[in-house]
Amino acid sequence: MLSVFFYLFSTIAVLSAIMVIIAKNPVHSVFFLILTFFNATGLFILMGAEFLAMLLLVVYVGAVAVLFLFVIMMLNIDFNSLRTGMIKNAPLGLLIGAILLGEIIFSYVGMRYGVAGTPGNELFVVLSKVENTRAIGNVIYTDYIYLFQCAGLILLVAMVGAIVLTHRKRENVKKQDAVKQTLRNKSDSIDINEVEIGKGVNNV
Amino acid sequence: MLDIFLNDNFISFILILLKIIALVVPLLVIVAFLTYAERKVIASVQLRKGPNVVGPFGLLQPLADGLKLFSKETIFPTVSNKIVFLLAPMIAFSLSIAAWAVIPLADGWVISNINVGILYLFAISSLSVYGIIMAGWASNSKYAFMGALRSAAQMVSYEVSIGLVIVTVLVCVGSLNLSDIVYAQKSVWYVFPLFPMFVVFFISALAETNRAPFDLPEDESSLVGGYFTEYSSMLFAMFFLGEYAAMIMMSGMATILFLGGWLPPFNITILNDIPGFIWFAGKTSLMLFTFLWVRATFPRFRYDQLMRIGWKVFLPFSLLWVVLTSGFLIIFDLLPASI
Amino acid sequence: MGKIYRSFWFIILGELCSGMFLTLKYMFKKPVTINYQFEKGKLSPRFRGEHALRRYPNGEERCIACKLCEAVCPALAITIESEPREDNSRRTTRYDIDMTKCIYCGLCEEACPVDAIVQGPNYEFAKESREELFYDKEKLLENGDRWESVLSKNIQKDKQFR
Repeated sequence: MLSVFFYLFSTIAVLSAIMVIIAKNPVHSVFFLILTFFNATGLFILMGAEFLAMLLLVVYVGAVAVLFLFVIMMLNIDFNSLRTGMIKNAPLGLLIGAILLGEIIFSYVGMRYGVAGTPGNELFVVLSKVENTRAIGNVIYTDYIYLFQCAGLILLVAMVGAIVLTHRKRENVKKQDAVKQTLRNKSDSIDINEVEIGKGVNNV
Repeated sequence: MLDIFLNDNFISFILILLKIIALVVPLLVIVAFLTYAERKVIASVQLRKGPNVVGPFGLLQPLADGLKLFSKETIFPTVSNKIVFLLAPMIAFSLSIAAWAVIPLADGWVISNINVGILYLFAISSLSVYGIIMAGWASNSKYAFMGALRSAAQMVSYEVSIGLVIVTVLVCVGSLNLSDIVYAQKSVWYVFPLFPMFVVFFISALAETNRAPFDLPEDESSLVGGYFTEYSSMLFAMFFLGEYAAMIMMSGMATILFLGGWLPPFNITILNDIPGFIWFAGKTSLMLFTFLWVRATFPRFRYDQLMRIGWKVFLPFSLLWVVLTSGFLIIFDLLPASI
Repeated sequence: MGKIYRSFWFIILGELCSGMFLTLKYMFKKPVTINYQFEKGKLSPRFRGEHALRRYPNGEERCIACKLCEAVCPALAITIESEPREDNSRRTTRYDIDMTKCIYCGLCEEACPVDAIVQGPNYEFAKESREELFYDKEKLLENGDRWESVLSKNIQKDKQFR
């Protein structure tokens, strides 16, 4: 029964991944990308890694892909002009693809036949014993705490950098100060004065 | 041949199917009557009577509305993207129904008691933005598109503070399982120690479900109808049902996280004799009433004010509370035992 | 002291809470709605509803075809044609009001020297087609006959203010 679901999810994942590349409309590409993520979530759940599955859903589908969609919808990129460099860039793309494929095969072989230096086997032992949320926590916050914090810092730096690069201070912009507005009261904003006839209000 | 049907797997499959039907059908009826309740509550706040013609006290009004929407024509805008246009309301609707799979209505009354229940709910509520953004894009109308963009930005922003609120509760519970979260509130409901987070959660839930005063995606004075400007008939009805089901889902989530789920307020025999489901339904209805009450009270926020509250007020505030809560738990050695 | 109080009020979201309690209080007040169709609001004698052409008690129509109403009508909704009758009195042969043009300003009523054209208390004259809203003399006189008792009473009541 599980294998039926595995083949269902993986087939849809692979097909929609292909559709991401060949879809004419960039927005459709993003929709197919989301479908791919979704099926990857299904695969994670089949493996018993429900925490990772939900994180994938929350982070990638719920936030990152929304921003992708946002940018692509807003920018209205002309994809035909981007396609012109297809043949020129093809060798580079193939090279990267080949490297990725090699890595996958390498790690699979390592996992299957226990090549020294691949951590795969240990991880599976950990997973089978405790709930996988805790297992991930145990690994991330003990063995890899420095790397994990480092990754967080890099993201923070990237965010600050992006803000610094794009933020510009404009002159003469009136901004609302909500705290000031709510703390204002009648006594410090209204003066009631007796204005004499013929004097006007300027002298008051 | 008979073996297939008497097989254990098959029987459990049928049982699950029956459970789903027993959950979804009453849910849809409740959604329909929530629209009636909304009209009545807002009417009484505004010194009006609300629907009172169809059936006794107007109780059959939702049925009449449904019938009207059924009999209308589905209109596709000429240059719309038909498939995505059709898909969007279905996604919005089915997602808000799917969330109910993990919500425990009473002790053990849950279709799927998964370990990461709260994350599942969070994921579903963050996915519901797709129904809206697809609708806005596929309609090929500026109003729908603007509504979709507003909604996407708004929902992504408020998810952050909802996430931090959930983290605060989780630090106190030590489990992601929704039933465990309720059990952990046996002695005291989290609404009392974590009251500020409850307020943040409630306001973020308003923004997450696009409800007033944060209903900018369907701001009729500037965007006609927002993302469902071009929708009519059943497709529109699906958006409508989805929105209200999401509202009930958020109320249920607030009940589980802060109001002790199906637990009675005091551990007294008389209160314990009342079935847990009644407590859950009562608390959820109270939350729903507050949703409607807020809608009747406050005017719509301006978009920059909405973003300011999300990023500059709620995010630092909830972050601070996460730190404070966990610091408090560590100092007084109150961290849940399982960690 | 005031600053501290106001900051406290701000932090506990005092304004929002007081707003919420106001609406809650209003929820339990009696609705002011009246059930239209079964209950109707009171109308002033000056209410400007559907038009009517009145007659004298002896059955003679009041309108003398002076065309003041036609002249004053800001929406150009009134069309009048007139000819002397056999007894040489001047009467209208045609008196049309296009109710789709009319803005219910009541100037025709004001202009009329003989209280012939008046706007009555009837406001439930919605029709299913445009053509039914082009009122001719016959229709207007019929309206006058139907509403005469109310119309004369209203004019009587309003007289003291003119």
